[in-house]
Amino acid sequence: MSILLILVPIALFLGLLGLAAFLWSLKSGQYDDLDGAARRILEDDDLPEEQRPPRQDR
Amino acid sequence: MAGLTEGIETGLGSCCPTGDDGRLPDAPVAAVAGAEAFVRPREGGGATLNLAVENMTCAACIHDIEATARAVPGVAQARVNYTNRRVTLTLDGAGGSAGEAADAAVAALAGRGYRVRPFDAAALTSADEGEMRTLLRALGVAGFAAANVMLLSVAVWSGQASDMDPATQAFFHWMSALIALPAIAYAGLPFYRSAWAALKGRRLNMDVPISLAVIVAGGMSLVQTLLEREHVYFDASITLLFFLLLGRVLDTRVRARARTAAQNLLALRSRAATRIAADGTARHVAVEELRPGDRVMVAAGERIPADGTLAAGEALIDTSLITGESVPRRTVAGGMVHAGTMNLGAALTLEVTARDDRSLLAEIARLMENAEQGRAAYVRLADRVARAYAPVVHVLGAVTLAGWLIAGAGVEDAMMIAVAVLIVTCPCALALAVPAVQVAAGGRLFRRGVLLTSGDALERLAEVDTVVFDKTGTLTTGELELVAADEVAPADLALAARLAAASTHPLSRALVAAARGVEATPPYAIAAVEEVPGKGLVAQTACGRTLRLGQRSFAGPRLVAAEATGGTESEIWLGLGDGRAVRFRFADRLRDDARGVVQGLMHQGVRVLLLSGDRPEAVRPVADMLGIADAGAGLSPAEKIARIAELKAGGHKVLMVGDGLNDAPALASADVSMSPSSASDLAQTAADIIFMGDKLAAVPEAMEVARRSRRLVWQNIALSFGYNAVAIPLAMAGFVTPLIAAVAMSSSSVCVTLNALRLAGGPGKGKTAA
Repeated sequence: MSILLILVPIALFLGLLGLAAFLWSLKSGQYDDLDGAARRILEDDDLPEEQRPPRQDR
Repeated sequence: MAGLTEGIETGLGSCCPTGDDGRLPDAPVAAVAGAEAFVRPREGGGATLNLAVENMTCAACIHDIEATARAVPGVAQARVNYTNRRVTLTLDGAGGSAGEAADAAVAALAGRGYRVRPFDAAALTSADEGEMRTLLRALGVAGFAAANVMLLSVAVWSGQASDMDPATQAFFHWMSALIALPAIAYAGLPFYRSAWAALKGRRLNMDVPISLAVIVAGGMSLVQTLLEREHVYFDASITLLFFLLLGRVLDTRVRARARTAAQNLLALRSRAATRIAADGTARHVAVEELRPGDRVMVAAGERIPADGTLAAGEALIDTSLITGESVPRRTVAGGMVHAGTMNLGAALTLEVTARDDRSLLAEIARLMENAEQGRAAYVRLADRVARAYAPVVHVLGAVTLAGWLIAGAGVEDAMMIAVAVLIVTCPCALALAVPAVQVAAGGRLFRRGVLLTSGDALERLAEVDTVVFDKTGTLTTGELELVAADEVAPADLALAARLAAASTHPLSRALVAAARGVEATPPYAIAAVEEVPGKGLVAQTACGRTLRLGQRSFAGPRLVAAEATGGTESEIWLGLGDGRAVRFRFADRLRDDARGVVQGLMHQGVRVLLLSGDRPEAVRPVADMLGIADAGAGLSPAEKIARIAELKAGGHKVLMVGDGLNDAPALASADVSMSPSSASDLAQTAADIIFMGDKLAAVPEAMEVARRSRRLVWQNIALSFGYNAVAIPLAMAGFVTPLIAAVAMSSSSVCVTLNALRLAGGPGKGKTAA
């Protein structure tokens, strides 16, 4: 059972890492505009110019 | 939650406007100038400008707005917040150059067809944002702790079934304590604070039994861990916190959204004023910066920004938002004009005065204060239940302890069982019963364009049995419509509309709108139309006639004695140049569904009243048309309050629906109140619920949702009491183990939440909105 003495702290450490990431994302404002984030993924402006599909304006 | 991410259906069209689709500039684009008044210097150089955007409806809008704004010289950065429908611009430079860039950016966005308004972020930042972050942080910590403690607990539970050795079990318990205790201390803070505030005020709320159960469970579990026993409840208490925080986060989110949308509505109407300096130069300033003695110019069709006296000439003022009167009022030089009224005549100059204590506005402010003080604090259902529930739970705990001691159990065992009672009865489901329903109801109404701005509005709305309507702007649209159109020859109408097209006066616009469906060609070709400020329009025909369109003294027949017009309508005359004149009469138009809504409410057995500040001649036809027997006209704000107080004294629960400044005190004094989004600022602030769009159907729909949520809340409360009825005897008998506690508490919470979600779909959806 001595393996637990290593594995449990590792599991905890990973969990804390996740928690820290969450708190950081919260602090940097990533939860301020959830609806906007959901729609921004539809934009192509992260691609280089030549890879973008032609823009179709309604 | 998925449903909440959809936008508000404002009826503004399916997708974002583009600059080239020929959108009608129905809101004059020129009116958005003056953004420089809202530019604020930023820490570390530069400046920021906050804009509220009304018609942002799809993903492409985000990109379009940001790209358009960024392309303006002087704009360093543009960031859209889609949730709040706001844009933050970061500007290079400061002072004048930033002001110019701000104006240019606003003009560029307006040119693309967006309805944008600058607003002062400092005035709108609410406590919601800070509260939301605190709750989210607590939720993150509780989630992390709950997952990890559960992991260890499951191992212990299975270990108890098989052959885990005591040392390993103790190790797991210690690990659990290490994770859970700090998490309980931190994540529970929102509850402890609220409970402490309640206890200090000698009240009981739902957070008191929650806090007690969580803290006692944590403490007792620590003792058990120290003694190396089995009754460790870390998992139960931290999962409990996690569930409750989840409910609270959702609740805060729905309310913050409604409040942000309501604030945007107000921001969209806050305009800059045009101040004229001593040397005659005009400058845009924020309305708050106006001081007594300033001279302000107000263009035709603009709202008057501040109280003042008319500097010169004559003005036609639409006072419907203030007094409820639908006919514009004529004011001469030196006369008082009030903030919020609209200038219908030519551009006017006014001198700002300090607020007059005897003015209508001052009286309204006084009445508002009294009404708000007089309104008894409404005790929310959850707190009413908690008042009864908390003492029972604590007495049961004490009885259990005493009972087991008397029965001869050891102190430690008796304590253990008493604590188990407290933990099992912790009102997890009860605390979720109300917010879960509120979230579902609030989200559903939000999507319909109904904003709940106060937390207990739904509960109060569910009890309503009497609805009081205001007339102008509530039952009617506040827009003018041609009446008795069949008395007018189509050719005359077409001719008048041809002239009226040259003017932005509301009567002219109504005339143009009325002529749109008429198939007739004007009998004369018109060469040029000229506007005579404050009087009307003059046009020359190709064959040399002079046509006049305007008020009676300007265009009316000279030989006809001034007959009484009845006064319920506004009129406009078309002089044909040969002594003949045609009269067009206009009246305030009823909302399309007003009759259906009023009849529907009456069928449900709701009493409907009409209380208006307008004259009896204008009120009676409306009341007759809608079938409202109980209609009061010519009422001052104080008389409206008196009528509502009378109804309340008779045991009725009153819903007031109104939009005018003169309705604001009545809105504040009613049990619950609603305003259309076109209402005056003060009315909107006073109202508990704001509805958007042209449909009055929002009123019965909100009432229906409120009643259904009340039913669901009671079902939820019954569910959680049912759970307690089973759990408490088991706990008192000492049969509850940590495993049973964890399973029972989680499942009851999930049950209650699922029941609340039925409101989002289910029967009744779309039934009243059609």
